[in-house]
Amino acid sequence: MGKYFDMLLEDVRLREGLKACMNCGVCTAVCPAAAFYNYDPRQIVSIVQTRDDDAIEALLKSNTIWYCGECMSCRPRCPRSNTPGYVIQALRTLSQKLGFFVESEKGRQQLALKRTIGDNILRTGYCIVPRLVKAELHPEQGTVWKWVLEHDEEIYGQFSESYNREGAGALRKVSDATLEELHRIFDVTGGTEMFDTIERCSDRKAREMGYDGADDHYFMDTYTQNSNDHY
Amino acid sequence: MNMKRSSWTEYQKEIADDRYYYARSCIRQNFFPGSEKAFLNILGKDLGRDIFDDPLHTSCTGIGYHSDIVPLETIMTVVARQFALMSEAGYENFTSSCITSFGIYTEILSTWEEFPETEERTRENLYKATGREFSKPKNLAHTSDVMFHHREQIARQARRRLVNVYTGEPLRVVEHIGCHYAKIFPKSGIGGSEFPYVLAGMVEAWGGEIVDYPERRHCCGFGFRNYLVQANRGYSVANSHKKLESMAPYKPDFIVCNCPGCSMFLDKWQYTIAEMEGITYGANGGGIPVLTYEEMAGLVLGYDPWELGMQMHQVDVEPLLDKMGVEYDPSAKYLGRNGKYIGQPERALVNSCSQDTLYKIKR
Repeated sequence: MGKYFDMLLEDVRLREGLKACMNCGVCTAVCPAAAFYNYDPRQIVSIVQTRDDDAIEALLKSNTIWYCGECMSCRPRCPRSNTPGYVIQALRTLSQKLGFFVESEKGRQQLALKRTIGDNILRTGYCIVPRLVKAELHPEQGTVWKWVLEHDEEIYGQFSESYNREGAGALRKVSDATLEELHRIFDVTGGTEMFDTIERCSDRKAREMGYDGADDHYFMDTYTQNSNDHY
Repeated sequence: MNMKRSSWTEYQKEIADDRYYYARSCIRQNFFPGSEKAFLNILGKDLGRDIFDDPLHTSCTGIGYHSDIVPLETIMTVVARQFALMSEAGYENFTSSCITSFGIYTEILSTWEEFPETEERTRENLYKATGREFSKPKNLAHTSDVMFHHREQIARQARRRLVNVYTGEPLRVVEHIGCHYAKIFPKSGIGGSEFPYVLAGMVEAWGGEIVDYPERRHCCGFGFRNYLVQANRGYSVANSHKKLESMAPYKPDFIVCNCPGCSMFLDKWQYTIAEMEGITYGANGGGIPVLTYEEMAGLVLGYDPWELGMQMHQVDVEPLLDKMGVEYDPSAKYLGRNGKYIGQPERALVNSCSQDTLYKIKR
């Protein structure tokens, strides 16, 4: 009893985010995820507060903890100064450390996030660059964005002298020396280990599900497939 | 109204007057590169302030952090590196162009305060990884805070006002400050999360009128993984839809946003909703123009809308430009560098202004 709770307590966000919940449900009332999904942050905090290992393990393996959008709308409204969003962050981190995230559809999407945002950070020094927002994967970005991507040098060149080149300015190329520093930070602080864990666990689960490992096919399925069981 | 405002006077913050270290935003530089350029020009040239655009900083990795793939210890060290670069460049006032980053910086400084062992570990990690050491900023501000701080000076230098030139009435403006500006640490944002004033203060100083509406404080719907993963995007559009439905009856002339992500979503989801459902929220079957506060300030100061990058919006901005009395060349909207013709976007319900036709005539 309390094994997972003790692990969660190692995360300062859990200590900051869960003081004493009285289950009033204000967090759920203001939550954009609760407005969209079958999701109730009040219940999550309540479960964590029980310190029950079986219940917390079920949570760590569930879709539920992956619905939150981390907007933190819950934080200023809680009358007891809890932050369910921080509790979610701690649960998600532990779910990945223990490899439990691959047991749910929404959890398996962590591979898609690692391969897009994560790899892009290490490759370019930015979370997002224009070519990551491909028109075919982002139809919602519209006709103007498609035109921007087709003429990126001409358009960004009007606003930045360093587009894709070294120097100051928007979307400048981050130098190799700076990228090396960033990589070393990831190595020293557990960022690289987190990425490796996501890849390793995803590969294991993909094989279990009949894929040839966490290949592009599996990646695209985690990125696009929705069972529609979440509402 | 004044009584209501006085109850929020504690939600003010100190904003440095000069000498800023500028940290760019991943999303703003992608979708609104003209806004970042305008901010630097307004601060440096129009207001005569010293602002340093450092080529050495990186993303804060905040989008990765809030997608839960970047650990807390990692982002703390990336942030510490940005602070180290600021000190090495000889600056003490840090200003971030991104609301997600601003929330990250605020949260990390607070975490170091509350859990000093995390700051200690970050110092060790940064030194081990990069050989750098850092000092915490003397002043931390979002770039909109800096613009708010200078709003009266901008008003004195204004060439246009947020006034409808046809009626003489103030333009009706809906503002959106973005969740991470003040919901994480309400006292780090002007007006806190309940009485947002950072953008409202600019709008009022420049002649416009803020329109309150029921879902004013609701999230734009980014939700990090809920937009970034295609399978989840229903969450994102549903929340933008909720806001747009709520504000439309008040007939705003435009939306102004604090956060680059919110600016992009409220613009792009209008396109999606129009194309999927045939629903538009602006006048005459068009959309509601969505501006960044840099674009709003730039128009007030007399900048050309295409130099501000407003051609990168999906929703036409011309109805607003006309109301403001902005002189612009419709045929220049979609040109490349040095006036080069590079084609133009396909028409869409929210992007069909007459400049297309005019351009063809001029060609």
